[in-house]
Amino acid sequence: MASDRDELHAWVDGRLEGERLRRFERRLEADAALRAEAHAWRRHDEALRELGRTMLDDAILPRLLEAASGSAAPGSPAPDGAAGERGAARSADPAAYGAARPVAAAAHGARAWRTGGAQLWLAAAALAALSWSLGWVSHVRFAPPVQRVAAAPPAFVRDALAAHVVYAPEVRHPVEVAAAQHEHLVQWLSKRLGAPLTVPSLEAAGWSLVGGRLLPGTEGARAQFMYQDAGGARLTLYVADAGPTAADTAFRFDREGGLSAFYWVDGRFGYALSAQTDRATLLALAEEVYRQLARTP
Amino acid sequence: MIAPATVSSTVHGVSPAHEALIALIPRLRRYARFLCADAAAADDLVQDTLERACARLAQWRAGSDLRAWLFTIMHNLFVSDGRRPRHRFEQAAEGDVEAGADPTSGWEAALDLANALRALPEAQRQVLLLVAFEDLSYEQVATVVGVPVGTVMSRLSRARAGLHALLEPAAGHAPRSGPRLRVLK
Repeated sequence: MASDRDELHAWVDGRLEGERLRRFERRLEADAALRAEAHAWRRHDEALRELGRTMLDDAILPRLLEAASGSAAPGSPAPDGAAGERGAARSADPAAYGAARPVAAAAHGARAWRTGGAQLWLAAAALAALSWSLGWVSHVRFAPPVQRVAAAPPAFVRDALAAHVVYAPEVRHPVEVAAAQHEHLVQWLSKRLGAPLTVPSLEAAGWSLVGGRLLPGTEGARAQFMYQDAGGARLTLYVADAGPTAADTAFRFDREGGLSAFYWVDGRFGYALSAQTDRATLLALAEEVYRQLARTP
Repeated sequence: MIAPATVSSTVHGVSPAHEALIALIPRLRRYARFLCADAAAADDLVQDTLERACARLAQWRAGSDLRAWLFTIMHNLFVSDGRRPRHRFEQAAEGDVEAGADPTSGWEAALDLANALRALPEAQRQVLLLVAFEDLSYEQVATVVGVPVGTVMSRLSRARAGLHALLEPAAGHAPRSGPRLRVLK
């Protein structure tokens, strides 16, 4: 005999039938508190299922298709973020095993990966190495907004570079929230972080905002804003909650494998500006970003 | 560009079982994204899962649920191999938002929901997602996660109560922390 709790879950999940369902619905009618709880849970469940449906509509990495086809060498390296070309296989219907179209697209993607992937893989490997090596590469400091020297970059910088490597090459889903809605994103993030956040405009410098995404972090939410220039190059501004006790730091610069990054902590937030560009170009952008953010009360 | 002949020969080389694996990639990836710390780690986990599944395809009994079998492999890989510290989701941000802000925006609700999910303890999140995303039976979830059904049910209870508290704090037990969010329609 199932317990009341189990019956409640089974009802939320639509797994009660016949007499069991009728019996439980009579219980719901008689018990307002139980009814409220059951309906709230079912609401959340429907939202979850909706979220789940939207997540299925995603491009598949060619290396995953290779792995599923049994053609990948086990333990082969994982070239994250370097998948320039992707098979857009979709599977909205779980019952449609082996439907012809997804497989054809899948095979196409896997093939494209094999033929054009070596260079991308090398780039990805170099950048991944960069994200772990920041602890001991040298730093160049200049024009410090506030004097303070730290030995190693804060953890958010490594995360920022990793996030740049992962999302900058994205073709279909570079951002979660498009630029048209960025006001909402900024509002929402500011509320989450408990401090006002602004997104600088870099239009004058030739970089337009693509949008932003929210990322999990060790100490609260982080945001990544993505910009793109006329040539399709990507620039990301990573914003992390540095915590209430964080002290301001100078601008720092790092460069390796073609990826440059300036980072600093100012007030409540840590920032990292990353792009595959030269130091002088990025410096001008970082100063512009800093200038605009400093206007924020 | 790739010649059509190349593509079709690749397709013909894939057995029905491998086609079934390919069709399940989006589902494996979806679950992995809530299991792992970031998308890259999730894709690594999916890749390892698929490779192990291919290597052990002979062990899968045709006719049994391939999906449950795959999720079990993924779960075991996630738990073993020292993945946990690196791949585990961190707690989501603590929010201080009054409920009722901007009721209409769909993506806000979705982000809030995703954040609330990430704020749940790992074991609870796993059970809830296997039920809500995958619609696995409670018994299948128990097999995948490797605990008795009773434990699945109690984790499911705590997950749903926790999600409720995070999404609708006014409705019941006041949460200590976590985003206070709007009711999702």
